Amino acid sequence: MIGSRKVEASQRRLARRAGLAALAGAAILVQGCATSGNPKDPLEGFNRAMFALNEGIDKVVARPLARGYETVVPLPGRTVVGNVFSNLSDPWIGVNNLLQGKVREGASDFGRFLLNSTAGILGAIDVASEIGLEKHEEDFGQTLGRWGVPDGPFLVVPLFGPKTLRDGIGTIADGYADPVYYLVDDVPLRNSLYGLRFVNNRALLLPADRVLEEAGLDKYSFVRDSYLQRRRNLIFEGLPPRNGDEFNDEPAAKPGSAPVPPAPAGGESTSAPAAR
Amino acid sequence: MGKLLFILATVLGAALSLPAAGQDNAPDVLVKTVTNDVLAIVREDKDIQSGSTKRAIELVEQKVLPHFNFTRMTQLAVGRDWRQASPEQQSKLVAEFKDLLVRTYSNALTGYRNQVISFKPARYQPADTDVIVRTEVKQPGAQPVSIDYSLRKEADGWKVYDVVVANVSLVTNYRESFAAEVRSGGIDGLIKALQNRNKSLEAKAGEKS
Repeated sequence: MIGSRKVEASQRRLARRAGLAALAGAAILVQGCATSGNPKDPLEGFNRAMFALNEGIDKVVARPLARGYETVVPLPGRTVVGNVFSNLSDPWIGVNNLLQGKVREGASDFGRFLLNSTAGILGAIDVASEIGLEKHEEDFGQTLGRWGVPDGPFLVVPLFGPKTLRDGIGTIADGYADPVYYLVDDVPLRNSLYGLRFVNNRALLLPADRVLEEAGLDKYSFVRDSYLQRRRNLIFEGLPPRNGDEFNDEPAAKPGSAPVPPAPAGGESTSAPAAR
Repeated sequence: MGKLLFILATVLGAALSLPAAGQDNAPDVLVKTVTNDVLAIVREDKDIQSGSTKRAIELVEQKVLPHFNFTRMTQLAVGRDWRQASPEQQSKLVAEFKDLLVRTYSNALTGYRNQVISFKPARYQPADTDVIVRTEVKQPGAQPVSIDYSLRKEADGWKVYDVVVANVSLVTNYRESFAAEVRSGGIDGLIKALQNRNKSLEAKAGEKS
């Protein structure tokens, strides 16, 4: 029994390594692969194949698992699962905020972790959000982006999904900084926790499936462009520098000139512009 | 006398229930009113909850559409190629893109399960004619998802011209794929691609119901 678990665990680790190897392999391919014409996606042919593979895995394995999980575990249980993992992620989010010079946000993330780990019963209840300490979304890929590391080519990594080369490297760092990775020594337990987190996250995305399936002219490019746009906005806190190729129907506004000042970000990261 | 009172009451009632008509309503109030109205209906409507796209589309056309500027949305999605389209092609593009967006938005409504929407305090000056209204969808055990509306003041009130979901602009997200269609098949190629997409989605919705 333990032996078979170990085999399973090592297979999963193998799958993880395979994912990373594919990432590295894809990086090497950058120079050699036929270009598709889209400068943001020089590996489109390779990416489309990997995308189809991931879609297949999702359809056959991940989606049915997530559906079953949703049926078996009632909402309060799923909420606790989501909260506990979310709490474990807060210290690393805080570290990334500090690395990006966002001291106030970083302090808030550590405050969240302390409060939720104690008053929130090991993270089961997100007390911090209720008293106004907002959850942030940060990772090492964003930190690298903030430091000026360019996106690199867009990649679809088997099992991991859409990434840019930079964010793929960020994901590897995030993996080492994951408390589930460095706190849980028991490998079968650790892998079960990885699995639970994955299925819980996938279940949260189930309602979006239909929209994603139908919204785009072509699902691959819709997913790619959403991912790139989202990462760009996350790195620049919703105010990315304009490309200069923005279409504008106002004859007065020249391309690249300052757009109409958007309403300041309501409620969140008001200190971001100062930190930039 | 009774009839006159009835007419008076009807007119008054209609005037009160249409605060947007002709009035210079604040954009954040508009977003909040429309969102709350629509969700109140979805909560009561078993057809929409069980995934009826047709019912959801009716609701969206009736309540949401009047507050959107689809011409501007299409312009922004098509980008630079817009100028090379003839007026006739432009109106076809607007009609097809509108169809696709209405369908997408309606499908999103069928996935609504009592999540709580919070409206963030809007900050803008009275003179502003282009504002962003920020909202957040909260669901238990998950990070809140932001939904931001870009609105512009027009002659007949504030009109939404972009919806940004979780930092992804619904409108500009189409730009790359639209440009690719125009590169390979011209403006007519893009119109054709949109028509085909809408037709296949319509057929799929027909199969389901």
